[in-house]
Amino acid sequence: MRRFRILFALGGGLFVLATALMSQAGKPAQGPSAAQMTRGKQVYLEQCLACHQVDGLGVQGMNPPLVKTKQVLGDKAALVKIVLNGMQGVEIGGEDYNGVMAPHPDLTDQQIADVLTYVRNSFGNKASAVTAAQVKTVRATTKPPAQ
Amino acid sequence: MRSAIKTLSFATAFCLAGLVSFGQLKLPEGFKAMAVVDSFGKTRHLAVAPNGVIFVKLERLKDGKGIYRLEDTNGDGKPDKVTGFGGYVGTGMVLKDGYLYASSNTDVYRYKLDGSNNVVNPDKPEKIVTGLLDRHQHNSKSIALDNSGNIYVNVGAYANSCQMQDRSRESPGRMPCPILDSAGGIWQFRADKPDQTYGTGTHYASGLRNVVGLDWNTQTNSLFVMQHGRDQLSDNWPKLFNNKQSAELPAECMYELHKGSNCGWPYIFYDQIQHKQVLAPEYGGDGKKGPEKEFQDPVVAFPGHLAPDGLLFYTGSQFPEKYKNGAFVAFHGSWNRAPEPQAGFFVVFVPFKDGKPSGNWEVFADNFSGGADKTASGRADYRPCGLAQGPDGALYVTDDTKGVIWKISYNK
Repeated sequence: MRRFRILFALGGGLFVLATALMSQAGKPAQGPSAAQMTRGKQVYLEQCLACHQVDGLGVQGMNPPLVKTKQVLGDKAALVKIVLNGMQGVEIGGEDYNGVMAPHPDLTDQQIADVLTYVRNSFGNKASAVTAAQVKTVRATTKPPAQ
Repeated sequence: MRSAIKTLSFATAFCLAGLVSFGQLKLPEGFKAMAVVDSFGKTRHLAVAPNGVIFVKLERLKDGKGIYRLEDTNGDGKPDKVTGFGGYVGTGMVLKDGYLYASSNTDVYRYKLDGSNNVVNPDKPEKIVTGLLDRHQHNSKSIALDNSGNIYVNVGAYANSCQMQDRSRESPGRMPCPILDSAGGIWQFRADKPDQTYGTGTHYASGLRNVVGLDWNTQTNSLFVMQHGRDQLSDNWPKLFNNKQSAELPAECMYELHKGSNCGWPYIFYDQIQHKQVLAPEYGGDGKKGPEKEFQDPVVAFPGHLAPDGLLFYTGSQFPEKYKNGAFVAFHGSWNRAPEPQAGFFVVFVPFKDGKPSGNWEVFADNFSGGADKTASGRADYRPCGLAQGPDGALYVTDDTKGVIWKISYNK
């Protein structure tokens, strides 16, 4: 939404381009299905937005951004582990983030696949989809965090 | 009803203040602001010496240094002699009786100053306090000194609400909360004694989730603190709270502390709309019922999540009479109001009379964010953090996003 506004402000000529980019980001040629993006967005709203914010940019000093970071766009198994086990204390782009991310083992394999696919293809990100089977494999080899 | 009260309180504040633009900031009529430095880094708390020299603590090292001394030798209002020292990050920065006190996230140091407020031995401070907990979350150690040789140090709780699993949906609270033995409170130490620890200090006040702004009030001779209230009411307890309630609650509270004060975290939070303490959902609360035994009440309850990072009682004579002995609070700005619009990013004023708040708080300095859209999204240009009073009675405000220090003055 924020990106949309900025682009809009650049002028009417860019409006068409912005719209095209937006729709392209939602439906990349070899990316996730629209259905998975819709499901993933729902999980994001319920589980992630409070900390990572509407624009995915997180919170200064606390909750890390999800935009164009190696954690989000890189190794999928490592990313699934962050959701399953939670995370605290990370440096991204020279900034320290000290907020606590709770583990989310209660989410189903499909929900985790959907939300990670959504995150990897929103906020300007573009990366391959995550499948429930991939999540299942990671979960089977991941020890749950001590309570 | 809830939103009506919120709207009213904000509207009243703006209306009373009648703010006018001065550069980035909006200030009451007659005030002006000047950026002493900009783009200086993560400037947290600061102190201004009697000769106008500024000391500022950084949350991230700048050229390997965590404290900077800023001196204006040519009188143009901007520092031209800038020296760094102290190779550690942190927040606390206080000047008292010829010493500069500074905190890392685990220790408190002090540096002897000479008659021109030069640091006598910048590489060899005395370590006053050592070994305080740093578990990332709420790790800044803010400091204040009284007039009896004591220093007060905040140790923030390394949790949101002391749940079995921190920040997890419907995870119950631990009973009793084990965090409270070494965090979630204020510790008192002697200001001149080296190597003090939890064991040799005094556990002065408890039940405070996280304090960043605190100040000694010389009128009441007592410590006042601003607590950062708990987060994620609707996120963690969606059956009990909706997003609107969660954005407004709980209050960001100002407390007047005395030895033994207990402000109730994590068992209760203060609901500024119902005007009462309510039991936290982690401890069986439903958003309505109160605790069996009440804890200490706040002296001022602000809207939720505004993140108070600086507190200063104004004792100067430059500002109009109404500001004398009142409190300035720097609100860093919210994040935990999402998906509702964010709020804060301003400095407010609370009038005091005879040591008690004597009227509604009002926004004193606004528009740090750069506009309503940036406030709502939380993508603010600047975020107020530290406050200090200059020898001429001017008010200094830091921003820890880019590193601006503003000097706010009043011209009759």
